[in-house]
Amino acid sequence: MSVTVLPLAKSGHNALPRNEGMKLALDVIDDIRLNFPAAERRIAALPGRRSVKKDAQAAWLLKAITCIDLTTLSGDDTVARVERLCAKAKNPVRADLLEALGMADRRITTGAICVYHRFVATAVEALQGTDIPVAAVSTGFPAGLVPHDVKLREIEASVADGAREIDIVITREYALTQNWQALYDEMRDFRAACGDAHVKAILATGDLKTLRNVAKAAMVCMMAGADFIKTSTGKETTNATLLVTLAMLRMIRVYQSLTGFKVGFKPAGGISAAKDILNYQVLMKEELGREWLEPDLFRIGASSLLADIERQLEHHVTGRYSAFNRHPVG
Amino acid sequence: MSVAHYFETMDYGPAPESDAEARAWLSKHDRGFRHFIGGQWVNGKSHFDTLEPATAKVLAKLSQGSNSDIDAAVKAARKAQAGWAKLGGHGRARYLYALARLIQRHARLFAVIESLDNGKTIRETRDLDVPLAARHFYYHAGWAQLQETEFADYQPVGVVGQVIPWNFPFLMFAWKVAPALALGNTVVLKPAEFTSLSALFFAELAEQAGLPPGVLNIVTGDGDTGAALVKHKDVDKIAFTGSTEVGRLIRKETAGTGKSLTLELGGKSPYIVFDDADIDGAIEGLVDAIWFNQGQVCCAGSRLLVQEGIAEDFIARLKARMAKLRVGSPLDKAVDMGAIVDKVQLERISALVKQGIAEGAQCYQSPGAATDKGFFYPPTLLTNVHPASTVAREEIFGPVLVTMTFRTPDEAVMLANNTRYGLAASVWSETIGLALDIAPKLQAGVVWVNSTNLFDASAGFGGYRESGFGREGGREGAYEYLKLKAWAKRKARPASKPLPAAKAKADAGLPMIDRTAKLFIGGKQARPDGNYSRPVLSPKGEILGEVGEGNRKDIRNAVAAARGAEAWSKATAHNRAQILYYIAENLSGRRAEFAGRVAAMTGSRMAAAQAEVDAAIKRLFTYGAWADKFEGDIHTPPLRGLALALKEPIGVAGIVCPDEAPLLGFISLVAPLIAMGNRVVAVPSERHPLAATDFYTVLETSDVPAGVVNIVTGDRLSLTKTLAEHDDVDALWVFGSDKASAEAERLSSSNLKRTLVDHGLATDWFDPAQAEGPVFLRQATQVKNVWIPYGE
Repeated sequence: MSVTVLPLAKSGHNALPRNEGMKLALDVIDDIRLNFPAAERRIAALPGRRSVKKDAQAAWLLKAITCIDLTTLSGDDTVARVERLCAKAKNPVRADLLEALGMADRRITTGAICVYHRFVATAVEALQGTDIPVAAVSTGFPAGLVPHDVKLREIEASVADGAREIDIVITREYALTQNWQALYDEMRDFRAACGDAHVKAILATGDLKTLRNVAKAAMVCMMAGADFIKTSTGKETTNATLLVTLAMLRMIRVYQSLTGFKVGFKPAGGISAAKDILNYQVLMKEELGREWLEPDLFRIGASSLLADIERQLEHHVTGRYSAFNRHPVG
Repeated sequence: MSVAHYFETMDYGPAPESDAEARAWLSKHDRGFRHFIGGQWVNGKSHFDTLEPATAKVLAKLSQGSNSDIDAAVKAARKAQAGWAKLGGHGRARYLYALARLIQRHARLFAVIESLDNGKTIRETRDLDVPLAARHFYYHAGWAQLQETEFADYQPVGVVGQVIPWNFPFLMFAWKVAPALALGNTVVLKPAEFTSLSALFFAELAEQAGLPPGVLNIVTGDGDTGAALVKHKDVDKIAFTGSTEVGRLIRKETAGTGKSLTLELGGKSPYIVFDDADIDGAIEGLVDAIWFNQGQVCCAGSRLLVQEGIAEDFIARLKARMAKLRVGSPLDKAVDMGAIVDKVQLERISALVKQGIAEGAQCYQSPGAATDKGFFYPPTLLTNVHPASTVAREEIFGPVLVTMTFRTPDEAVMLANNTRYGLAASVWSETIGLALDIAPKLQAGVVWVNSTNLFDASAGFGGYRESGFGREGGREGAYEYLKLKAWAKRKARPASKPLPAAKAKADAGLPMIDRTAKLFIGGKQARPDGNYSRPVLSPKGEILGEVGEGNRKDIRNAVAAARGAEAWSKATAHNRAQILYYIAENLSGRRAEFAGRVAAMTGSRMAAAQAEVDAAIKRLFTYGAWADKFEGDIHTPPLRGLALALKEPIGVAGIVCPDEAPLLGFISLVAPLIAMGNRVVAVPSERHPLAATDFYTVLETSDVPAGVVNIVTGDRLSLTKTLAEHDDVDALWVFGSDKASAEAERLSSSNLKRTLVDHGLATDWFDPAQAEGPVFLRQATQVKNVWIPYGE
């Protein structure tokens, strides 16, 4: 088996050329076909087709940690809460476990910290001296129904506070009414407002309902320059699923064949178990390829996933099942 | 390999399923196995090795079944059959249910044994073969329970000989054994020589579960053992799944023996992708179509037909997908493909691919798929292939996909049907109107819309054309293991009295105006090609008239006319019903004339002849009634979607009529076939043909389209042979002679046309229980299951 050693991407520092977008091509949007039962079958078959065990599993779970956007998006967030989270982002796994896994010399951190605008400055401060970027949810997150100019000002404010990544929410109405031009224009503006900060477009797939809507909205956002497409805010009734992931990954592939740009993917919400994230990783690898397992093209929006991964890693090291209280909280 | 290594490579790493339990089971048997006959384990006189395809190492020794082993097994099955049938539906349902549970309890061991023995992946045996096998036992436990009410007019066939292939050893075992046992038959089964272990494991468990001795007998061995079973005189039915080549031999071997037969044979199934399909979905489907079970699947989607406009993009994406396929140890839980079953098969695949390349095909194979030991072959795509290419016509039975393009839906259908086979097809389109328009046009027993290789016990599986006949699964499959009680009672037809020498009818005065019956071909009265006639005599030897002496060319012309009348098969059922009633109406208008004719030919009393005409009119009404009521079913397999069991006409059917009831026999055979949309070439009673030839004027006045009914008079046996050999005849019904029956069955093997013959047993054409109804309609149709998963 050939070993391709990729340069380890520094967290959040996207070494790849940014997606510059393209003109809105409605014919491409119209041509999108997605057969639901066939997609379901692919997803149902996948866990049986691929399995990651033992050392490989530990490695994949560590890799997943480097892709986590460690997130807190609650109404009761405070400075101290965000600082605690940042501390965890810097040291997500107990040193003795990393030592036992032979990974002590790797700088394992999470992919980013993700907060509301109010706490961007706090997080930037707390993460001084690391490469961990701060991502801000924006544009009237989660519903995205504040005035357009307010959305742009919110983005600019977060960037000014030091956010290197902006997670925007799209206006779902545009996707639900197939008003692709409006969605494209909105996304274009968001991208421009971000400047050098990377922009992740949250589709809120649970609101869009059908895979075709999801796929079309994803494609429009990429055409308008999204660096990442992201499933959910975590606030919809249905958040990330493997099915919508499949639809979005296939669009990333189509977009790459159209433009050459590699767009990243971020599932968010509802991924809390280590075995779940392995399925996402398998899907990334199978549908897009090895490159999409690194944090410059793959992020995971999660808050409780990390704790389960830590338990699994300890189990791998000791052979005993672990408990949450043995791992520092974030 | 370390965590750090995997962190960098993000490779999958090994994920082996343990084979310890399976190897322990082999060791317990000292890696040597016996036959299971009459509830006893009987050692063979000689033995042969069965290999593990992934390593090419010997797995175990199996007994080679001899003629006497087969004889002992058939005797045991015969001895057990009456008691098994007498046990009743509920009693058998309990056993079938127990067997289903037993498969589930030992599911993982079955899966591992199967994977070791066959080389297929543990993923497939675990997720597909074994659960589906259990499902077949559950489902058929249900038919056992319902047998007395749902199949009240039927009885078990008796002792069934079953020969199964190596590609799905345990699943095919279940498909064969479950319905046979459920419906009161006893079984002698020969597993494939490469893959007998799962059947033997099952027998061991069934024995522990208390299945009565002799109900299920297993004799292992090679083709000779299978041949001994097929030839055995006391076997009532043969059910075979395997190659078309062997299927043909079995058809010839069983011809004229009275054994019933079902054949599930090869295929070269089309996989049609329209330009409005979900391309990635269709590509993923292809993985399940042709790289499922190493492509060793009779219904594998092996001929990719892509619409021209998307072909380039499709092939590029397909190659990218192929590059991700993983081939390796079948017990690794992260591989897509395991090993080919045997060296012989590996060499055949390899030789065919080389031939394809020599004929101009371009070959793409998944990289990194080579494995140094064992019988492995990479996923393979051949492009630049044409319908004339060997690889486009021959069943490769390996992981090799050939691809061609089409321009229009019509051309897709034409290319799809341009094969001797007709097992399965896939249609990919996001336009419901297009997909549902194409499905009925495909000559295949199963059509999957936006899907592939879906199976369930509730939906019959089986082929059209040279892919065989009979169905496995569903109500349609249950009938294959039953026979009509009314037919079981039939006795041999008494020899007919020889006719006296011909003499002219004594008549005074002016000669009658000559009325020479002609042949009726393509809606026209036609002189026989040879321009010979044969006299038709009354029982006293008086010449009643003359009919044409039809020959090979007349049959050829009649078949061509029938083939051309394809619109009849597409006519609405209402339309066909109207025409059958109209025929009855016009016949009733000439009741006296026809009665006179029948009486003159047969010497029967006028009242009896009138009764025959009345019965014929009634029978036409019966089939007029059935025409729009013998409908398909909607199966409910475990999926969100429909499986539509469509009852489709077979196509062009030959009919050879008996001498008894010259009008009623003719009508009883023609009417069900045309009611269901077939076009027929009928050979009337050899001795009393004039009622049928008179009948063409009734057809002419009844709006029957030209070519739907063709009538060729002449010598029964020679015309039977010509029809049986004709490769454009899809079905052949022969009544009236054991010799003609045997010839029909023997010669039908050339294109494996479906036959219905009486083996020389006399049918009482006046008895509706044996002469009309669904038993004929089922023979006049073939079931196509169209699977339509849906969802948004």
